[in-house]
Amino acid sequence: MRRSPAWEVTRIVALVLFAVFFFLPLLSMLDFSTRVTGGAGRTIQPWRNLLTDPTISSSIVTSLLLALLTTVLMLALLTPTMIWVRLRVPKAAKLVEYLCLLPLTIPPLVIVVGISNVYAWVTYLFGDSALTLTFAYVVLVLPYAYRSLDGALSSIDVVTLAEAARSLGAGWATAILRVVLPNIWPGVTSAAFVAVALVLGEYTFASLLNFNTLPTVLALLNKSDAAAGVAGALASLVLAAILLVLLSFVGRRNRTSKEA
Amino acid sequence: MTLTDRTDSGSARGDDGAGVAVSLVDLRRTYGSLNALDGFSLEIAPGEMVVLLGPSGCGKTTALRILAGLDRADAGVVKVGGEDITGVPANKRDMGMVFQAYSLFPHLTVRDNVAFGLRLRGHDRAKRVARCREMLDLVGLSAFEGRYARQLSGGQQQRVALARALAVEPSVLLLDEPLSALDAKVRVQLREEIRRVQLDVGTTTLFVTHDQEEALAVADRVGVMSSGRLDQIAPPTELYERPATRFVAEFVGLSNRLLTEVTAGRAELMGAHLPTLAGSVEEGPGHALVRPESVHLVESGEPNAQVVSVAFLGPFSRVHLRLDAGGQILVAQLASSVADRLAQGTAVRVEIGSDAVLVVPD
Repeated sequence: MRRSPAWEVTRIVALVLFAVFFFLPLLSMLDFSTRVTGGAGRTIQPWRNLLTDPTISSSIVTSLLLALLTTVLMLALLTPTMIWVRLRVPKAAKLVEYLCLLPLTIPPLVIVVGISNVYAWVTYLFGDSALTLTFAYVVLVLPYAYRSLDGALSSIDVVTLAEAARSLGAGWATAILRVVLPNIWPGVTSAAFVAVALVLGEYTFASLLNFNTLPTVLALLNKSDAAAGVAGALASLVLAAILLVLLSFVGRRNRTSKEA
Repeated sequence: MTLTDRTDSGSARGDDGAGVAVSLVDLRRTYGSLNALDGFSLEIAPGEMVVLLGPSGCGKTTALRILAGLDRADAGVVKVGGEDITGVPANKRDMGMVFQAYSLFPHLTVRDNVAFGLRLRGHDRAKRVARCREMLDLVGLSAFEGRYARQLSGGQQQRVALARALAVEPSVLLLDEPLSALDAKVRVQLREEIRRVQLDVGTTTLFVTHDQEEALAVADRVGVMSSGRLDQIAPPTELYERPATRFVAEFVGLSNRLLTEVTAGRAELMGAHLPTLAGSVEEGPGHALVRPESVHLVESGEPNAQVVSVAFLGPFSRVHLRLDAGGQILVAQLASSVADRLAQGTAVRVEIGSDAVLVVPD
């Protein structure tokens, strides 16, 4: 169907407005971070500082590792649990949903205060590495990951597919890994997506538990060197965007891959 | 080979590929307060196709799922080929199953779906490819091997599911209402195809349905279930013509209920004295269950009924008649060419043409 010119114009105007809304702040950040203070011309010194400052580079590594560990631990815990509940203990579905959504109803500040005592034990058992934040972050991302996986599981007839696989000779593990999982893969990548985005931007937990992650270091940097702070914020945005694009490619590749 | 011969020889997979004997003994299964199976027993001969027929909730699917290993019986024994498999998990039972819901794996092509079970059994690629082709040829879908489930119609998906179930050469084929999600025309085509394929491969088959026409059309024997028990199991003709219980007579086909009096094993119906079937009232009043096609219009004699309405059903018409004596409504199934001549209010003479009737208590 051919659309009217008025529709086309509206579409383009809306697109431009959204592009300006999203990109103008980013361009402004880029402009601010490369401006020479009190003079003309451009400098990349604040960006260079990001790479040379060991605190920043180590916080980037910490945040990336946290994103990775949180995603892996969350998926390893939640995916099999949710599949198993659907297949074998549907009566527990409401309880699992309640538990997973609970962190959403409690403000992060309250959670941190609550778990700070627990973290004394976590530090005692696992050391004082910032990576121990993984445990808290898994709780933090649960509600969002639950929603993604629940949506994917609801879109297929998990029970029938698993029973069909079993009737063909597959054990539970094979049925889950080779039949259920490939069919909920978009939900799994979407859960990973949300986990990465949340961990890379999380400030409250890290700050109140006194760990150096990218957001806490950037907040400090912003106070001492505004240009470097803005450069770091922009870099972390770009980093998150790249990670999310990469993740979406993983999801797409899996959806289109075929078994030989 | 008679059914009895086949049952007697069915202690293992037949050398001629005619499948194995299946034996379900005194199965019991409750869900809370609901008795899904209440002492259900069934014997299936090697290569035989038995259809379990019954209303929703009668326990037919539960029986099939227990045989498949997808559900556990509270009590009872499941034997296949003489071997007790009651405690064997579903994936070790060597059965093929087609489900009511579409069950093709969405992420795999038709070819990979059919090859799934073969891959699990460790068959090499050459064998998988050959077997896939053979099975897809059998169900007439060779041209679709590269497609995904979403690119197939419902009927095609169920045919692929049948090919997938048969690809692993199961000892028993289980069909759990495989046609119920399909439209009427496809159902008829596919049920004939299922029967053809089953006869071709000779696999012992248990088919569950609530559709009596489907059951009568494909089965070697039909088992009618109610309240978790088997009311009667018999070849389709026998089941239809000689129902053992009131439930069977009323569930399978239409039945008129006519007041009658049984004397010395014969029921008096409109002047005729018909023998009664086993299980009937032995003496005294009761209701005779008479099939619409056993109600005949005769030219000679005094009229004893009036035409109330005529429903055209293609080659046949269903004629509702009101009996002069007592005003009871009677349904007759007549050739449309005969029914065409009957207008509302026409006086006709009706006779009952059954060899024997089942008479149930009031």
